[in-house]
Amino acid sequence: MNRRNDAHEARRRRENALPGELSIKTPGPIVRPYGDTTGDGMVQLSFTLPRPHDKRAEGAAVRMAMAMGIEPALLVHAKAIGPDFTFFVVYGPVKHLVDISAIDIVEREFELLSSKEVNAAVKKHLRRKLVIVGGCIGTDAHTVGIDAILNIKGFAGEKGLEYYRELSVHNLGAQLAIPELVESARELKADAVLVSQVVTQKDAHIHNTTAMSAAFREAFPAGKVPHLIVGGPRFEEGSAGVLGVDRIFGRGTTPGEVASYLVHALVDPATRVGTTTTKAAS
Amino acid sequence: MPSRRNCGRRYAERVVLRDNGVLELDPTQVKYARSRARKAGRPVVNLAKRHTTVSVERATLRLAGLSGADHENVPWVNHLLDSVRAQVGLEHGVTTPVWDALIRGEAPDLLTLAQKAAGGAATFRQPEGKAATTARKQARSAVARGIRTIDAQRKTRDKLIARHGDPTQKPWIYLIVATGDIYEDIPQAQAAAREGADIIAVIRSTGQSLLDFVPEGATREGYAGTYATQENFRLMRAALDETSKELGRYIRLTNYASGLCMPEIATLAGLERLDMMLNDSMYGILFRDINPIRTFVDQRFSRQIHARAGIIINTGEDNYLTTADAVEAAHTVTVSQLLNEYFAKEAGLADWQLGLGHAFEIDPSIPDSFRLELAHALLARQLFPDAPLKWMPPTKHMTGDIFRGYLLDGFFNLAGAMTGQGILLVGMMTEAVVTPWISDRDLALQNVRYVLNAAGGLTEDFHPPRDGFIQTRARQVLADSIDLLDSIVGDSTTSDPPLLAAIADGTFGAMKRPATKGKGLDGVVRKAAAYDNPAIDLLETGETR
Repeated sequence: MNRRNDAHEARRRRENALPGELSIKTPGPIVRPYGDTTGDGMVQLSFTLPRPHDKRAEGAAVRMAMAMGIEPALLVHAKAIGPDFTFFVVYGPVKHLVDISAIDIVEREFELLSSKEVNAAVKKHLRRKLVIVGGCIGTDAHTVGIDAILNIKGFAGEKGLEYYRELSVHNLGAQLAIPELVESARELKADAVLVSQVVTQKDAHIHNTTAMSAAFREAFPAGKVPHLIVGGPRFEEGSAGVLGVDRIFGRGTTPGEVASYLVHALVDPATRVGTTTTKAAS
Repeated sequence: MPSRRNCGRRYAERVVLRDNGVLELDPTQVKYARSRARKAGRPVVNLAKRHTTVSVERATLRLAGLSGADHENVPWVNHLLDSVRAQVGLEHGVTTPVWDALIRGEAPDLLTLAQKAAGGAATFRQPEGKAATTARKQARSAVARGIRTIDAQRKTRDKLIARHGDPTQKPWIYLIVATGDIYEDIPQAQAAAREGADIIAVIRSTGQSLLDFVPEGATREGYAGTYATQENFRLMRAALDETSKELGRYIRLTNYASGLCMPEIATLAGLERLDMMLNDSMYGILFRDINPIRTFVDQRFSRQIHARAGIIINTGEDNYLTTADAVEAAHTVTVSQLLNEYFAKEAGLADWQLGLGHAFEIDPSIPDSFRLELAHALLARQLFPDAPLKWMPPTKHMTGDIFRGYLLDGFFNLAGAMTGQGILLVGMMTEAVVTPWISDRDLALQNVRYVLNAAGGLTEDFHPPRDGFIQTRARQVLADSIDLLDSIVGDSTTSDPPLLAAIADGTFGAMKRPATKGKGLDGVVRKAAAYDNPAIDLLETGETR
């Protein structure tokens, strides 16, 4: 191994590139993982094989890592888990490269507003309170997500939607039956319905969400369906259409983002941002 | 040179120290806190005694031996109960009209009667005089057989523990299995026991708490867990009996007596020798929006069953901290523990059966978070010195960074070892990422083993300094809980028991649950003066016939 030389070479190229040589100083569009030296491509990986721990299993683990593009694969740890399984930790460089310019991301399509601006926009354009109904549907009892967005306490230092004077928030809590949610949304004349789905075993979040959007479409005349929003850590970006909802929010979404989005979607479309987007949602 | 008198004082001080434990809590304050919990709890117990529920009555029928379901999986106990309720009501209890019908020859046995009732072919009446006395006598002897089965299962457990032995270390290691398929759960549970688990909890399918019936038979599908059924209980207990024998250590089995069928599930647990049951006094109200009265009636009966069956209950205080802030709401945990203790003892449970819950949920980014955790954990330890205490791992601040999560779980284990917790639920670094993989469980157990092996004896050395951070914080939490209990008890402007008013106000877990709302309210029935339930009589008197 000549990692020391590699490091030396990397520093030279960064600081004193030869004429015509690709400089590493300005990052190009091509990336590979970084361990401790630019361009080393180092990754760490752990997995279990359903084999008793022996030489053959270790060989299989190395082969598995190589098939994933790690070469040479350095098997740093192997341990039996009971008589039938072995756990492995592998380090090594991946030979794959990624072209950053070819990555598609959903840029945030709305402007981030302060709570004051949200209240002002609702007051000015809607001239009544914006009604929001939220809860965890189906068997999901994890209210962490919906509470982070709705409760006054909020999340990540931002106050929840209950704090906004011009938003009328109804948190219906956990294990809400879908018909109950639809009924409450109708009774309260909800503008938007927020649903949180944390449990993802056997794709429960997908089933629950499609069942919910179908129920809303059935219960409300076309065009009158409240704005449907789901949040949760495991929704795929861009799958809103398939799920029949208007917007998906992922891990790390803050109440301020949701409030700003609501203003954009339901109150004042003028808050759409152009090309000056600074960061992606979630 | 110290004078004689000085020596005497120092000795007295030492005695005080030992009696009040390492936190040196004021014993009169502790006593006062308990008396407040009693004052808050008693009106609720009285309310519970004045009511029965469909699930309590169905549990009684199960004790009398009625089991099974029709082709649509509706249990026969539900059919029979619904039919009796429709014809004569439940104010007098279900057993008297049922055994009166059997005596009158409506059907040769309980199962046939239930089947006829399902088809609308059985008539019930409210017998009076001699007929009523005879019906009650026969009902009692039928129900007593179920109670004796529970007694026999308790003896079997004692025998097996004597034969195989308890875990050698404290805390006992508690692991969760949850595949949805009982036939997958069994090998996983056995493997977990071989890897070091002392207690296996089969988590329920999350939808089950809101079902107003207990599913039947061995089940192979569930969401985020496996249905609690009598057959699943039996299969898993039998498998773990085998494993206990293999390992020379009695492996305990845990399930959940909560939700709308709490009394029935408690009964099935007693009949099938489960060893621990999750059974919180307020969890269903707050987190499942089950009607408060329904919950308190159901939990009293289920705790009476648990007391009789020698089952250790686990309460759910950890849940409060997942919705509220673990520092700000620390005292609500203490209040709930005191209430759970009162309700449990009132129902006949002994100290060793009280796995009162608490959790390691303080935001790790705040300064001194570990010291605060130690203060809270020690407070629970000192307030309930003879209870096993169930110590729950971090979930709220597990971010998906598994490396950081592994460290946090290590600190959780350390706090558990330092403060002498009785039951340690093993934390997974992949919490909030995936349901645990085989390697997650193995790494988690290595973490626990390392900490217990390296620091298990720290309880002996760990004496926080007098009036230091930990002592002061623990006293503060105790004082806050007393304030909260005072405000609950003093809050008697309504005719409702003050605790119900507090629950309606959103005192616990920041959720508002009025006594007139919630699921399962239509299953609550006010008892008539002539109400009879032989199960409750047998449980309260301790009689066997």
